[in-house]
Amino acid sequence: MATLILTGGRVIDPQNGIDQTTDLVLEDGKVRALGTVSRPDGPTIDASGCIVAPGLIDVHVHLREPGQEDKETIATGAAAAVAGGFTSVCCMPNTVPAIDDDSMVEYIYKQAAKAGLANVYPVGAATKDRKGESLAEIGLMHRAGAVAFSDDGTPVGSARVMRDALSYIAMTGRVFMQHCEDPTLGGGAMNAGPLASKLGLAGWPSLAEELMIQRDIMIAESLGYQARWHAQHMTTAGGVALLREARQRYNAAVAAGSAPGDSYAQGIGRVTGEVSPHHLLLTEDACADYDTHAKMNPPLRTQRDINALLEGVADGTVSILATDHAPHTREEKEREFAVAPYGIIGLECALSLYIKALIEPSVIDWPRLIALMTCHGAQLCQLEGKGHLGVGADADVTIIDPAHAWTVDADQFAGKSRNCPFDGWPLTGRAIATVVGGEVKLALDPERVTGVPGVATLPEQLHPAFTL
Amino acid sequence: MAATAPTAPPLTWSRRHLTGIEPLSAEEARLLLAKARGYHEVSTRRAVPLCKDLHGKVVVNLFYEDSTRTRASFRLAASRLSADVLDMSASGSSVSKGETLIDTARNIEAMGVDTIVCRHSQSGAAQQLAEHVACAVVNAGDGQHEHPTQALLDAFTIAQRLDRLDTFDLTGLRVAIVGDIAHSRVARSNLHLLTKLGAGVVLVGPPTLVPGALARLPGVDVTVAHDLDAVLPEVDVINMLRVQFERIAGPAFPSQREYTALYGLTARRMQRARPGLVVMHPGPMNRGLEIESAVADGPNAVILQQVANGLAIRMAALALVTQP
Repeated sequence: MATLILTGGRVIDPQNGIDQTTDLVLEDGKVRALGTVSRPDGPTIDASGCIVAPGLIDVHVHLREPGQEDKETIATGAAAAVAGGFTSVCCMPNTVPAIDDDSMVEYIYKQAAKAGLANVYPVGAATKDRKGESLAEIGLMHRAGAVAFSDDGTPVGSARVMRDALSYIAMTGRVFMQHCEDPTLGGGAMNAGPLASKLGLAGWPSLAEELMIQRDIMIAESLGYQARWHAQHMTTAGGVALLREARQRYNAAVAAGSAPGDSYAQGIGRVTGEVSPHHLLLTEDACADYDTHAKMNPPLRTQRDINALLEGVADGTVSILATDHAPHTREEKEREFAVAPYGIIGLECALSLYIKALIEPSVIDWPRLIALMTCHGAQLCQLEGKGHLGVGADADVTIIDPAHAWTVDADQFAGKSRNCPFDGWPLTGRAIATVVGGEVKLALDPERVTGVPGVATLPEQLHPAFTL
Repeated sequence: MAATAPTAPPLTWSRRHLTGIEPLSAEEARLLLAKARGYHEVSTRRAVPLCKDLHGKVVVNLFYEDSTRTRASFRLAASRLSADVLDMSASGSSVSKGETLIDTARNIEAMGVDTIVCRHSQSGAAQQLAEHVACAVVNAGDGQHEHPTQALLDAFTIAQRLDRLDTFDLTGLRVAIVGDIAHSRVARSNLHLLTKLGAGVVLVGPPTLVPGALARLPGVDVTVAHDLDAVLPEVDVINMLRVQFERIAGPAFPSQREYTALYGLTARRMQRARPGLVVMHPGPMNRGLEIESAVADGPNAVILQQVANGLAIRMAALALVTQP
């Protein structure tokens, strides 16, 4: 297999503590070497002026296959991932049927291999058919390669089922990801408050998220942190505060020798949380005109919540950035607000949105942003060989041009759906090349590429070889 | 909020749609009320003088929810203006697959319609409709959001009873809205309109049915109370909302018996009220639950005047939004 050299970029590899301008040599699908190559020959990508990062990882996407291929398929979702600079994504099990046994896990891997674009890792359901009643075949799914467990889209409502699921998942070493929404308080169309009251829409209060976070943290602590627990798409100031305190207690327990430490050098711990780009940039005000592209679960909250989320990202309470990429058809989103489906697509503009929310206002620096989008996700889902650029790591690399100015045009997206509230936004900074397993899948600027024929230069050219 | 700022009245109506009271300025609301005042005679007189204001226009009543009085009122209003009226019923919402609201509206519009009057069970339906069609849209009630013509006819009735038809200035009046505020579009539209016209509003009901959040809306003079007996002597107008059993999801109150005991407007409770208290109800009434018959049919009640005034209000609304 060929060699590919990425020349002259700022190589940022947070897991290995690297931040230097140099060349990166990929060979046979692995990272071969880091350092200046005197006379590069063969295939190269000129990365000067750009950041060379480990391939971006999104631990929270919905690819809709099987069952809802009108919204997205594994192939089109993987194309959207590549277009957004993501080389690996973890897909949630709320498909039809749900990913709740080993044959479903194998099916996801098979479809992803056919598409041949990004790495797609299935997340298995924690309970049968995601009903929250009895355990799914967690052991068999683990054996088949499920990288995490979750009933995402719905929470595990029963405390007893949750305790059993968490203690059972502990034996696999995998993480449980909770959709934090008390089912008896959540479920409204938007954030509870004056605006929801004015619009006559049912409210989904912060309390519903906070109660579930607190309950689960107490369950995880009662089990001695034997299982990893992760809060998905956090939205509330109260939730961030609860997670911050829980992580402090976990760290104290590790220091006291009463809880298992993280096996990774830069461990993220066993009690973690993620935030999504829309919750960092949009408030509930986006719902004011009944725009269904502002309808999310969990809902858009207030500026005060955004500030708390930013603080959580800055102080390390939040370990992961994840999109919750949720494709829906135009027809579905044209319904009345209260009955339109929740969610928006995220993969193809997420990086630029994180830059806007976190880098431009100097909430965090580039190495930290890269860590939140690469090695932390790899650690959370234990993706071997992913998330870093050490010698021998998988040759998944994303080249980011921090100065690339562009305007979001959902019609140009590689994915199947167009439900994007950021359509038309001018943004700065973008993934300009995506390399998966040593192969250049997309390079927006063909002039930077030498010796690699037939590379896609537009997202729409990622038309998957295989679609349903 | 621009709505309450004292600005010069607009010379003409410039809105394409009437989706709610909230976006209107006080001047626009008064313009519509004054227009209704002009139609009042036409709407009530038995020997109808020929009014051809909407002659040749087509008005469609698109009702996704059951309605007797609102539908009849819009139909009659359009007829009195010499418009052609088409009554359409559609069941349910687009959630049950099939044609979406927007598709239905586009189809109706393709038949050459000037104005769609829409009643729908989902909040925001009228606004979504307005964004997707070129004809005018009048909201005849959308979910728990707004019911603008009801609020306008309520304000008209208050002004009529309290002799303020010349200015529609309700400054100094205190109005209690009692009952299931949480699920009421009538309450929301009334809240916006009454405060724009200068009145103070107190929302009364059990905490489970009165969202405290409404009292925190910027620019709206509203308070929340839970003790009707304490509020009653303080108000000039009381609007008794219908308890909407079908919309109450959880255990919002313990029993009808307790509801009536705490919030029912009974003859006995009326003894606490000011003598000239104006008693209103948007209908249909649950007699014996939120209002006793002796009160509903008594001298303080203006419930049938509300219905009568609805005609003039809807004539004015249709005449203003329908393009000449």
